Amino acid sequence: MDEEIELAFTLNGKAVRRRVPVRLHAVDLLREVFGLSGPRVACEHGICGACTLRVDGQLARGCLLLAPQLEGTDVWTIEGLTATGEIADLQNEFHARNAMQCGWCTAGMLITAAEILDAPAPMDRQAIREHLSGNYCRCTGYQAIVDAVEATRQARAAGRSAA
Amino acid sequence: MNRILREAADTPAIGAAVPRPNGRRLLEGRGRYVDDIALPRMAHVAFLRSPHAHARILAIRAETARGMPGVLDVVTGQDLAETVQPFAGLLVHFKGMKSAQQRCIAVDRAAWQGEPVAAVVAETRRQAEDAAARIEVEYEPLPAVGSLAAAAEPGGMIAQPELGDNVCFTREVEGGDWDRAMAQADLVVERSFRFPRHTGVCPEGRSVIGDWNPADRRLTVHISHQAPHMIQDCYARLLGLSESDVRVVCPDVGGSYGIKTHVYGDELATCALSMRIGRPVKFVADRLESFLSDIHNRDHAVTAKLAVKRDGTILALGYEGTQAIGPYSVYPRTSVVEGNQIANICGQWYRLQGYRAKVRALFTNLAPYSNYRAVGHPVAVGVTEGLVDAAARQIGMDPAEIRRRNLLRDEDFPLQTPSGMKFEGMSHHRCLDTVLRMMDYDSLRADQAEARRRGVYRGIGLASMIEITNPSAMFYGVGGARISAQDGCTVRLEPQGGIMVLHGCGEQGQGTETIFAQVVADAVGVPMGRVRLVTGDTDATPYGGGTWASRGAGVGGEAAWQAGRALRKSILDLAATIHQRDAAQLDIRGGIVVDAATGEQVTDLAEVGRVAYFRPDTLGGVRPELSVTRHYLPTQYAFAFTNGILACHLEVDPDTGFMKLLKFWAVEDCGKVLNPLLVEEQMRGAIVQGIGPTLLEECLYDERGQMLNGSMVDYLVPMAAEMPDMEVAHIETPTRESAIGAKGAGEAGTAGAPAAIMNALNDALSPFGAELTEMPFTPERILRALGKS
Ligand code: FES
Ligand code: FES
Repeated sequence: MDEEIELAFTLNGKAVRRRVPVRLHAVDLLREVFGLSGPRVACEHGICGACTLRVDGQLARGCLLLAPQLEGTDVWTIEGLTATGEIADLQNEFHARNAMQCGWCTAGMLITAAEILDAPAPMDRQAIREHLSGNYCRCTGYQAIVDAVEATRQARAAGRSAA
Repeated sequence: MNRILREAADTPAIGAAVPRPNGRRLLEGRGRYVDDIALPRMAHVAFLRSPHAHARILAIRAETARGMPGVLDVVTGQDLAETVQPFAGLLVHFKGMKSAQQRCIAVDRAAWQGEPVAAVVAETRRQAEDAAARIEVEYEPLPAVGSLAAAAEPGGMIAQPELGDNVCFTREVEGGDWDRAMAQADLVVERSFRFPRHTGVCPEGRSVIGDWNPADRRLTVHISHQAPHMIQDCYARLLGLSESDVRVVCPDVGGSYGIKTHVYGDELATCALSMRIGRPVKFVADRLESFLSDIHNRDHAVTAKLAVKRDGTILALGYEGTQAIGPYSVYPRTSVVEGNQIANICGQWYRLQGYRAKVRALFTNLAPYSNYRAVGHPVAVGVTEGLVDAAARQIGMDPAEIRRRNLLRDEDFPLQTPSGMKFEGMSHHRCLDTVLRMMDYDSLRADQAEARRRGVYRGIGLASMIEITNPSAMFYGVGGARISAQDGCTVRLEPQGGIMVLHGCGEQGQGTETIFAQVVADAVGVPMGRVRLVTGDTDATPYGGGTWASRGAGVGGEAAWQAGRALRKSILDLAATIHQRDAAQLDIRGGIVVDAATGEQVTDLAEVGRVAYFRPDTLGGVRPELSVTRHYLPTQYAFAFTNGILACHLEVDPDTGFMKLLKFWAVEDCGKVLNPLLVEEQMRGAIVQGIGPTLLEECLYDERGQMLNGSMVDYLVPMAAEMPDMEVAHIETPTRESAIGAKGAGEAGTAGAPAAIMNALNDALSPFGAELTEMPFTPERILRALGKS
């Protein structure tokens, strides 16, 4: 039988504790044990970004991490980031531009994009494209996503300078 | 106080850039795809697949696997041979085509690497995979046809020995006066082209849950698919059930692009396994399985020629193409539509006087092959537009000018082309003029000349095109396929005044449901927010074909319009009865029934609903019909052809062979634009799917038929950093066959992008006299064309 360990970490702001098989991937842990459906897999090889998580403030690939590696960490998924409202503006810009078609890549895109929304240095479209280049989207052709990220960055920057 | 509403609708929904109401849940991680569904007592299946492209299966030993933890069932092809019928995609209108019969799990012989040879059902997917790894199969490898070239070799290996040769289908088309046209030619340009084998790489792998309930004698199939009624019909017949024993439900779909319009053996077997164990069984294809068993496409080798006069007049086009399909003709749409469509459309947007086409589909022992987004079009457009540019270069004419002289003109329509296609109306010259204006063509040419002096090589490529949309029954029905060409829509007034729409076409992210909500909102006269949609459930919706071949908006949208108009009439009749008015003098505006002349409120839909459902006794014998169904099928034209033009601007580094896409422009005429936001995003996404196989994507196989790049590490797809911005504009030539006038918009970008890139690349390389016609255009191939490697 699978070897198991006791795992404790923070998930979307709440402390959680579970016994889990050591061979479980982080993305499967979140989907199967915690019932989340935001994190998804497309490539299972660290290429596509569908499984993107925020772990201790950094982007992480849920398909490359094993569940035990989450011990003691602070993990956020799209469910948590939606609930706190942290990226509501970005989600609205995505919606207005139809930057999500089938939606499979969307959570990973949003989490990846969230990382650069407050980056103070100016960022041109190419730099935004580079930042998103670890996230595969087969539907949109990327432009609407880049537009949404750019617009959100500008709106936040304008908000900051107005404040 | 009563409201006064003067306009037909405060803001008409049709034609507005409305964001998708059903997109919100996807942004919050609340999408529900097949893999998100967990049913009570659900088991999981893992398939053991053939490691050989072609092998006899001598023995399968599964005792160890059977004893592994959690294992519920282990089956071979033989075990399912009695209960699951074999299948092959054979349609009678493709005369003379042949195919071997396919089994859901191979029996005795595997015909491609990745064909299922056994299946394990267990409590968890991990247990099923662990046990599958312990099944021992004894194979006798057989000679395999590992490429198009091998399939075409006279006296070479045969992919399906029982068939005698590798030819699945051939067709020849001739139209106009070939000899006369050729006799007038000053020159004939001839080229060979190669379009790679590639695949859809849907982010969501194929997924299905078969849920057989022995107590109800009913199979519920939750499946990631584009055509629920087709699956219902096929599964019922192949599993020996009646149609009503099968319910197919398609929840959110994580990308499909044509990949999910077919019957796949592993998905069918999953349902058969559920029937064996009497529990729900889930199958989700992992990425390796997807590469090895999703349908592949294109894989075309072509030689073609274009006869022209020195003044740029195009006279005739001759096409000869061979495609490498898989070991079976894929069920039920076949594997030959790609070639057949090319024969139908290649070059037909020019004023040709003569046309000849010869297409051939050959079996191989590569993965199964069938329809994927823009079926046949990238080849037809690539070949035509590549030849037109080659001719322009040869006679020293600008590529825009040669198109201006030869594209079909507005006054040419309606017409029948040399290949026999009927065109209702197009706008090639307006599209050309518009794109030249958008890109500022003359400045780009000046920039190109200036850059060349600095040793910077930029290219400009144009690709005019047409697209087959809104297919009639001429597509599949006439060939005997039970794939519905019509679609149906039910529209219902709810007691509280809401509008429920049940539609046979579903959503895979294109915006189908939004389009239907817009159409019904305007048809009835209510705000879009009042309209709710149900799609993707064969128990709930009227019978329909589903969403493929760019038919959702044009065919499905018209059914929605007709149903909405009929409901509106019912509501008005009822309101007239209740208020003793003349229905002809009433109107519905913004969800309010008003006096058409004064705009004064007469009643609202909630009040109509209240009386209709709870006090019909007060209506004096009038029986309100507030659930209305309408079906629509195009009949005047076999297809509603769209047209358009794509333009590409790029830069090549002749030292490294690296290419940078600078910008794309697209002008598309998809008839009435129902929602410009969605049409533009369809175009952009489709362009990038066209860019993929032009620059990056190719299923690579060795000569034994072993796939060499079955992961996203090795099979390259377009990512954000390398993709260009794309400007999109519309011209509208509505089809007069339907009231809403919409044609399809889902595939044009994929159809035209390869040609636009090829022409831009060859334009950039023209100072070197280098020309590439073999895709993908990798840096290595570019350097080779430049004589540098
Ligand atoms: S599934 Fe993790 S990166 Fe693709
Ligand atoms: S929206 Fe479908 S993959 Fe991005």
